Amino acid sequence: MRFLFLIALLVSSNAFSQNIKLGELNSYKVFPAFLEPYKKGMELAIEEINGSGGVLGKKLELITRDDGGNPGDAVRVAEELISREQVNVLMGTFASNVGLAVSNLAAQRKVLFIASEPLTDKIVWENGNRYTFRLRPSTYMQTAMLIPEAVKLKKKRWAIVYPNYEYGQSATASFKKLLKAAQPDVEFVAEQAPPLGKIDAGAAVQALADAKPDAIFSSLFAADLQKFVREGNTRGLFKNTPVFNLIAGEPEYLDTLKDETPDGWWVTGYPWSAINTPEHRKFRDAYQKRWKDYPRQGSVVGYVSVYTAANALRKAGSTDTEKLVEAMKGLEMGTPFGPIVWRPLDHQSTMGAYVGQFAKKDGQGVMVNWRFADGANFLPPFEEVKLLRKE
Amino acid sequence: MSWPSVLIQFLNGLAGASSLFLVAAGLSLIFGVTRIVNFAHGSLYMLGMYLAVWLAQRIGFWPAVPIAAAIVCAFGALVEVAVLRRIYKAPELLQLLATFALLLLIKDFALWAWGPEDLLGPRAPGFRGAVEIAGAAFPEYDLLLIVLGPAVLAFLYFILRKTRYGILIRAATEDREMAAALGVDQRRLFTGVFALGALLAGLGGALQIPREPASLGVDLTVISDAFVVVVVGGLGSIPGAFVAALLIAQAKAFCIGLGYSKATLVVEFVVMAVVLVARPWGLLGQAQVAARNPGLRQASFEIPRKKFFIGAAMLLAVLALIPLASSEYTMVLLTDVMVFALFAASLHFILGPAGLYSFGHAAYFGLGAYAAGIFLLQAKLPMELALALAPLAAGLGALLFGWFCVRLSGVYSAMLTLAFAQIAWSAAFQWDSLTGGSNGLVGIWPAPWLASKTAYYLLTLALCTAGIAFLWKTIHSPFGYALRAGRDSPLRAEAVGIDVRAMQWAAFTIAGLAAGVAGALYAFSKGSISPDAMGIQRSVDGLVMVMLGGIQTLSGPLWGAALFTWLQDAAARNIDYWRAATGAVILALVLVLPNGIGSLFQSRK
Repeated sequence: MRFLFLIALLVSSNAFSQNIKLGELNSYKVFPAFLEPYKKGMELAIEEINGSGGVLGKKLELITRDDGGNPGDAVRVAEELISREQVNVLMGTFASNVGLAVSNLAAQRKVLFIASEPLTDKIVWENGNRYTFRLRPSTYMQTAMLIPEAVKLKKKRWAIVYPNYEYGQSATASFKKLLKAAQPDVEFVAEQAPPLGKIDAGAAVQALADAKPDAIFSSLFAADLQKFVREGNTRGLFKNTPVFNLIAGEPEYLDTLKDETPDGWWVTGYPWSAINTPEHRKFRDAYQKRWKDYPRQGSVVGYVSVYTAANALRKAGSTDTEKLVEAMKGLEMGTPFGPIVWRPLDHQSTMGAYVGQFAKKDGQGVMVNWRFADGANFLPPFEEVKLLRKE
Repeated sequence: MSWPSVLIQFLNGLAGASSLFLVAAGLSLIFGVTRIVNFAHGSLYMLGMYLAVWLAQRIGFWPAVPIAAAIVCAFGALVEVAVLRRIYKAPELLQLLATFALLLLIKDFALWAWGPEDLLGPRAPGFRGAVEIAGAAFPEYDLLLIVLGPAVLAFLYFILRKTRYGILIRAATEDREMAAALGVDQRRLFTGVFALGALLAGLGGALQIPREPASLGVDLTVISDAFVVVVVGGLGSIPGAFVAALLIAQAKAFCIGLGYSKATLVVEFVVMAVVLVARPWGLLGQAQVAARNPGLRQASFEIPRKKFFIGAAMLLAVLALIPLASSEYTMVLLTDVMVFALFAASLHFILGPAGLYSFGHAAYFGLGAYAAGIFLLQAKLPMELALALAPLAAGLGALLFGWFCVRLSGVYSAMLTLAFAQIAWSAAFQWDSLTGGSNGLVGIWPAPWLASKTAYYLLTLALCTAGIAFLWKTIHSPFGYALRAGRDSPLRAEAVGIDVRAMQWAAFTIAGLAAGVAGALYAFSKGSISPDAMGIQRSVDGLVMVMLGGIQTLSGPLWGAALFTWLQDAAARNIDYWRAATGAVILALVLVLPNGIGSLFQSRK
């Protein structure tokens, strides 16, 4: 009996609704520091869009789900969004492996998937498919954004530290390749690859110092970054050694460093308080008014993801997946970071990031000397991408 | 490495060892006396960290440390009195389920109370800077830790050796029944030991904040490290825990120093596997006195009667007809339920009848899943063949690992299974060319005739039913009886000519094979596979399903799998704090139905 009851619960389906449904899934409990602001960004966008009349005469409805942080659960959750909720667009995901699994499912089930956050290059290149589009500047792009400053320093001996999984591995590979191309005499003298979240910072700092590098490239973030920074500060690793760190300037990670923030590091990130373009000011004011909190990098990603879906729906004039896919190709739109294009070639958006240096201000870390790096300028040439994408 | 850097890495190792020892000592004490496998120990440590950071902002670092530890200690005592005390008589491992529920609750509590962002604590006043040692700057605070670890060891040693309370603890560690027979009040002793263990965990966490931010992932990181240290040192042995912490911390520091940082992914598990194979009771542990009168005798599994077969046939018929009347997503969810039912049944097969604990059963699930993907994508075999061959890979893995594991007993054996599972996991994680590394393999889809959700669901239903039926049939075969004889009385079983180890080895392999079937079905249902399919989390999920359903019934694990899968799915969809909700439901079930939900379906005697 119990079991029949359970089945009855499962079978009961939701009432038919007239809204256009965006199905979003993410690892809310695994990466809450990034994803709570992200959710707020999405909700702000939904409110704005529906407040000004919705899309195609209908309201947008956002359905968010926790994907449990692993591909197996994520695929089940995505199936639920597709077949039970009958969403018109799938979006979200954070980690590379989850993003790739959902992207693969989207191709199998022929549903538009806007991968908002996963940074892996493979999702648009080696494993790219017709139905998947990715918003954020990838690991490759963000690494490439740091290269000009790295080359300017003319340092010969580089040490590298990265979290040992897809993101850190491909950041490291791209960095080595790009720097070597720009500066053939470069040497990579040490590599530390601690497991994600488990860096043994004291030992790692000592091992890097042993190699006597001229400069350091790191892709650490979150708790690993904080441990590394504190140990490095105490042990004097950064005193005479410039450091480049991917994504460390995102408020999610920078703000936790407080008075430990090491001066002069080159990072990619989001100096939210200092960007005063009209489009960013509008977003920031609206966000602060709505949430009584300042926007993080995640807020922008969530906000733009929802607008992307809305713009694609408007351009397609329909909720038909094939039409949406065609509309996404070459879609041009404004964002708080300025205009972006969704490249037809590899389904990557040209959203950029800010490159700048760490400094301390009133006991808090900030980004200074920053400039905006437009994503369009940091992608490999057309032919190279075409070779990677086996469609 | 130059000599100065060898010295510095050695000091790094010492500081790391002190941190590890502080958390492991409490776990070891708790296990030694109460036999509780305390999954929430890392959560107590995490609680200590958050409390210390929070308090330090208000009253300064040094006062914050003892206060945070004291709060965690009080919380530990409360947990023991309110929850654990009620279930000491329940089947072993049930406490594991209760502490797992606590882990979920504490995690969401920390998220609710302190928010999602990592909290980097202050530096310790008086120990902010570094001193120069051999030309390198070495943090003063690490020097303090190097002293603190042995100081806590000495303190515990004094308590255990020189005080009456300590003597009682040691007596209970060595022989719980005898201590009880001599009039030692077990209830007070257990509460005291649990509180002391919690105090140590809280202290360890609080002392860690100058080195590491309080973050929500700490609990799981710490718990696996602490378990390894406790087992390598020998369960219940405090000096052993210290030696093991030293060994593991030094191994890590020198892996990093010598440029093999990738090895830190798995080095502690390799150390544990080597130690356990060479010394079955850990470095300083002793053979445990077998509990003379286990809290509850293992019931013999009922021989299925007519009623059972009618019920099973009806259930099967309903399941087979479901596709006619339900949505696609129901198929998807039920496919997961079937897969995990087989996985749980295979784990139950060694946990129940064979009496072998396994904390690493996901290894065989993962091997099956990966083999399916590799056969399909790399070897280009047809899907049907890949599905048929994949379980053999899992069976082979179980054959190999099982040979070692059946040589140990109890928690040692369980931890060896965990060590092997972690080694297999790290191989999947690192072997980019074969397994796709951390991304895993994508594009593992079933053949066209199985592509529809309904077809795949029916295939899963058929294979899982066959697998479960085979396992159950085996339990009631002479082989199954021999297994149970070996579990209940190894000596008498040997005496009547049963080769207990060989039987257990065979059982281990059969269970691995069945888990491999589940894994392969899982891979094709998801279209992709990545290392977490064989991670610790999956092994723990399996244990939770079996214990939730009840280890003493045959059908219990299936109900456990169904309930747990459905609960996670439903809770994650409807509740923000779904982990806490899952934890609360599990905790309630543990208290109300200590013999599992399967006991509801048993005929009354």
